[in-house]
Amino acid sequence: MINLAAKPASTTKNKTGGWRTFKPKTDLDRCVGCGVCSRICPEGCIKMQSKNGKLKPKTDYNYCKGCGLCATECPAKCIKMELENK
Amino acid sequence: MRQILEGSQAIAQTINNIKPAVISAYPITPQTHIVEDLAKLKADGKANYEYIRAESEFAAASIVAGASATGVRVYTATSSQGLLLMTEVLFNIAGMRLPVVLTCANRGVSAPITIWNDHQDAMTIRDAGWIMFYAENHQEAVEQHILAYKIAEATKIPVMVNIDGFVLTHTYEPVKVPSRSQIKKFLPDYKPKKGQYLDPSRPVSLGTFASPDYYMEIRENLHKDLEQAQNIINEEYKKYRKILGDFTKKNEKMTQINNGLIEYYGPRDAQTILVAMGSLVGTIKDVVDEQVKNTGLFGNKVGVLKIKTFRPFPAKEILKVVEKTKYVAVVEKAISLGSTGPLALEIKNVTQGKTGPFGKLRTSKVQSFIVGLGGRDITSGMIKKIIKDVKNKDDSVKFICKE
Repeated sequence: MINLAAKPASTTKNKTGGWRTFKPKTDLDRCVGCGVCSRICPEGCIKMQSKNGKLKPKTDYNYCKGCGLCATECPAKCIKMELENK
Repeated sequence: MRQILEGSQAIAQTINNIKPAVISAYPITPQTHIVEDLAKLKADGKANYEYIRAESEFAAASIVAGASATGVRVYTATSSQGLLLMTEVLFNIAGMRLPVVLTCANRGVSAPITIWNDHQDAMTIRDAGWIMFYAENHQEAVEQHILAYKIAEATKIPVMVNIDGFVLTHTYEPVKVPSRSQIKKFLPDYKPKKGQYLDPSRPVSLGTFASPDYYMEIRENLHKDLEQAQNIINEEYKKYRKILGDFTKKNEKMTQINNGLIEYYGPRDAQTILVAMGSLVGTIKDVVDEQVKNTGLFGNKVGVLKIKTFRPFPAKEILKVVEKTKYVAVVEKAISLGSTGPLALEIKNVTQGKTGPFGKLRTSKVQSFIVGLGGRDITSGMIKKIIKDVKNKDDSVKFICKE
């Protein structure tokens, strides 16, 4: 008999493919590491990671939908929305 | 103990004795008496279930879906527009393989507004993946509800018991309802497998998405399990008769076949067979009796094939009955508008293109007759007219509005 119960968080193993038109690109040299992008991301797919002792954002492009909120809210204006190459 | 009960009362008492943990429903004519009786049993302290009031049928179906996902026995009932408002949830319940049991007190669908009986509501959601029973009388309704839980829990497929609105829900008949201890002999307490239901101590997710890599196999699996459920329905029906034989619809004088899927009533070599579902079969049986009385067993032989289980569709069982018959009249209370009767479509599918007993192509004529829409009375005169009309060359769908 089939068992359709899934283990917690196991559905993230199934990638749904992208549907972005624009892809956020972060200029890490100009980034001040404030973490606004990470907090504003509706998909929760930006994580702040330590890089050379400083916090820098890392975007998970498997889940980023390209909404552009991070680019709009970035106080340092270091996130650019670029046309996605498919 | 034999009692004189309203159909709805008999069902409510049966459900209480089955001991569900959660009941949720939204009232709609002609289902109302069932859920009213269940609410009263709870209010009077005669029941142990949680009775959750809902703000719509969509909510009621969602509440029982959620409760069932936690691994307990649940129940709901509805009719007509209510069933159609549940549609999305019905597909989810079947897709999530939740053993929900639902009573549909069959009623026509608006517009024009009607509160009276036909089968259009249930026929519209026949593709949702549910097992669908149709009861002929009160005792069969009691029997099918108990069977419904046994089969739903054995197959992890939800079951809908269809009973004709007013004709069964609001009429009084002698009926026997088994007690809790009697039911328990056939239907033990529900114990789902650990790790397959929502439980905080063993966290799992139910109803997750399936990407194109998985979806199709899961649907195929449901289809195959539904088809295989035919055997389980027949086995469980035999067990039911053995354990609760006193609470079964008894075979009548001309009943030739009676199992969990179909019943055939009439002479063995009938020239004409009428196929029907639900309470209408009782009327047809009277006409069959009359024909036998008037013409003897050698004249114009007529039999009636009752479909008890519409989903899964018992194609093989039906073929055995109708394969040597010259005329097959499908008499039903629903229409697939712009096409033909939904049951007639199935019967035509069963009989087409297969070779008969002597290796010849089958020559049965199958015609669709639509009767009783929106509560129109179905008289013996109409049935006799159908028996005559099916011998005509024309095989288009016919609405029988009057005698």
